[in-house]
Amino acid sequence: MKYMLLIMANSVDDNGGAAGCTVEDWMAYDKEVQDAGIMVSGESLADLVTATTVQVAADGARTVTDGPFAETREVLGGFYVIDVPDLDVALDWAARCPGARDGAIVVRPVADFGA
Amino acid sequence: MGEATTSVEAVFREERGRLLAALVRRFGDLDLAEEVTSEAIEAALAHWPADGVPSKPGAWLMTTARRKAVDRLRRDQAFAARLAILQVEADRADPVPAPEPGGELPDERLQLFFTCAHPALAAEDRTALTLRCLAGLTTPEVARAFLVESATMAKRITRAKKKIREARIPFRVPGADELPGRLPGVLQVLYSIFTEGYAASSGANLQRLDLAEEAIRLARILRRLLPAEREVAGLLGLMLLVHARRDARTGPGGEPVLLDDQDRSRWDAPMITDGSELAVAALTGGPPGPYGVQAAIAAVHDEAADLASTDWAQIVALYDVLHALAPSPVVRLNRAAAVAMRDGPQAGLDLLDALAGEPLLRGHHPYPAARADLLHRLGRHAEAAAAYREAIGLAGTEPERAMLQRRLDATERTDQP
Repeated sequence: MKYMLLIMANSVDDNGGAAGCTVEDWMAYDKEVQDAGIMVSGESLADLVTATTVQVAADGARTVTDGPFAETREVLGGFYVIDVPDLDVALDWAARCPGARDGAIVVRPVADFGA
Repeated sequence: MGEATTSVEAVFREERGRLLAALVRRFGDLDLAEEVTSEAIEAALAHWPADGVPSKPGAWLMTTARRKAVDRLRRDQAFAARLAILQVEADRADPVPAPEPGGELPDERLQLFFTCAHPALAAEDRTALTLRCLAGLTTPEVARAFLVESATMAKRITRAKKKIREARIPFRVPGADELPGRLPGVLQVLYSIFTEGYAASSGANLQRLDLAEEAIRLARILRRLLPAEREVAGLLGLMLLVHARRDARTGPGGEPVLLDDQDRSRWDAPMITDGSELAVAALTGGPPGPYGVQAAIAAVHDEAADLASTDWAQIVALYDVLHALAPSPVVRLNRAAAVAMRDGPQAGLDLLDALAGEPLLRGHHPYPAARADLLHRLGRHAEAAAAYREAIGLAGTEPERAMLQRRLDATERTDQP
C-alpha cells in the first residue's frame, strides 16, 4: 500500500524555505527510509519564492501568477511516497520525519485504480 | 412467530459483534465481514422461526457466514486475489500477537475495538462505528445515543468504514507502548455502550442489560490487560456502581424508578463493594481522570443510606472536578441537580436556566425533565407541566414517557383549585 507523506512546514524563512530542521536530520531520515526498503519516491521542493500558479478559466484564458505566498500558513516543502503494509506503519514513518517536529505531515493513501 | 422473532433478535444482539470480529480476523476486510454477517442473520430470520433456534446459534451463524464469504470470494476472483494480498501484507506488518504471559488469548473483538477507536478516525465516528459493528446496535439506535438524525449517522458510519478500508487502518491490538495513547478512545466507546445498555434510547424496554453487561465484560478484559491504567479501573468501577442499582431502577411494570424512590435494599451490595474499591484505585497514585471522578460520584450515591443523608456537598465538589477535566453541558445539568439537593430547588433552577440554548441539550429529554421537577417543587405548576410535556415529546422509550406522564398528571392535579 502506497502512502504519500506531505511535509507541511508551519514556519518559513524569508525565501519560503522550511525553518528549524537541520540538513543532517533530513539526511538521516532519508537514509532510514531508503534502508527500510519502503521508498517509492520523494522530493524536496525548492523555496516557495520560486513557485508559480497557473489557472485556466472556463473560456480557456490562462492566468499565471507569482506565488502563492503570504496567505498560506502551511507550506508544502516536499514529500515521500512510501510502500508499507498499513496506515499504522505509515503514521510511524510520518512521526519519525523531521518535518513532523517543525510542522506537520499529512498522510494520504495513494489511490489504487485496479490491480 | 412474534415470540420466535424476539428470541432470534436476542441472539443477534449477543452474537453479531462476536461474529463480525471473528470474520474480520479471518478475512481482514470489514465490508466483507459485515456483508456476510448480515446475510447469515437474514438466513437465520428465514429459517429459525420455522425450524426453531439451533442449539448453538452462534456456531450456526458463523458456519453460514463463512460459507457465504467463500461463495462471495469464488464469484469475485479479483476481490479474492486482492484480499489475499491484503492478508499477506497485514501479516508482514503485524504478526499475530503473543498471548499475555500466563493469560488468555485476546478477545477477537478487542482488535476490532482498537480499529474502530483508531485515532485516524474522527472521534465521533469511533464510537458510532463500534456501536454499530461490535455492539450490534442499529443505525437509528446509534443515532439516538449521539442525539443526531439517523441519516446523519448512516453517512458517518459509511464514511468511517470507507476510511478504514481505503486508508487501510489495520485490525490489531496496539503494542504495549502504544496502548496508553490509544486507550481513551476505547474507554469512551465502552462507556457509550454501557450507557446505551443502561438506558436504551428507544423502544419498549428501558434497560438493555445485555449491552451493559457486555460493556462491563469488555472493561474487565481491559482491566486485566492494563492493570496499571487507573482510568480503566475508574470506568469499570463506574459501570459496576451504576449497574449495582439495576434491580431497583425499574418497577414491576418496567417503569423507571428515580434514585429518590429506589429501594436501596435491592442494590447489589457485593457489586458496590467491587465498584468502590475500583473507584479508590482509580483516584489513588496520580491526578484524577474523568472516569475515576464519575466512579467516585456513583460511589457517594451508592454508599448513602437514603437521599437525605447523601453527601450532596461532596457530589457537587466532584462535579466541579469533573467539569474541570471534561467540560460538558450534561455535566453542568447533573451538577445543577446536585446543587438543587444541596441548596434548594431555586438554586438548581437558576443553573439549569443558564443552560438554555445549549445545542448539545437540545433534544435531550433529561434537561426539560430536570427543569420540570424543580419547577414543580417550587410550586410553579403550569411551567412544570409545559416542561414535562416537552420532555415527553423528546423521551425515546415508552417507560420513560409513562413515568414523565405520571409526573405531569401529579403536577396538573396539584394545580387544581
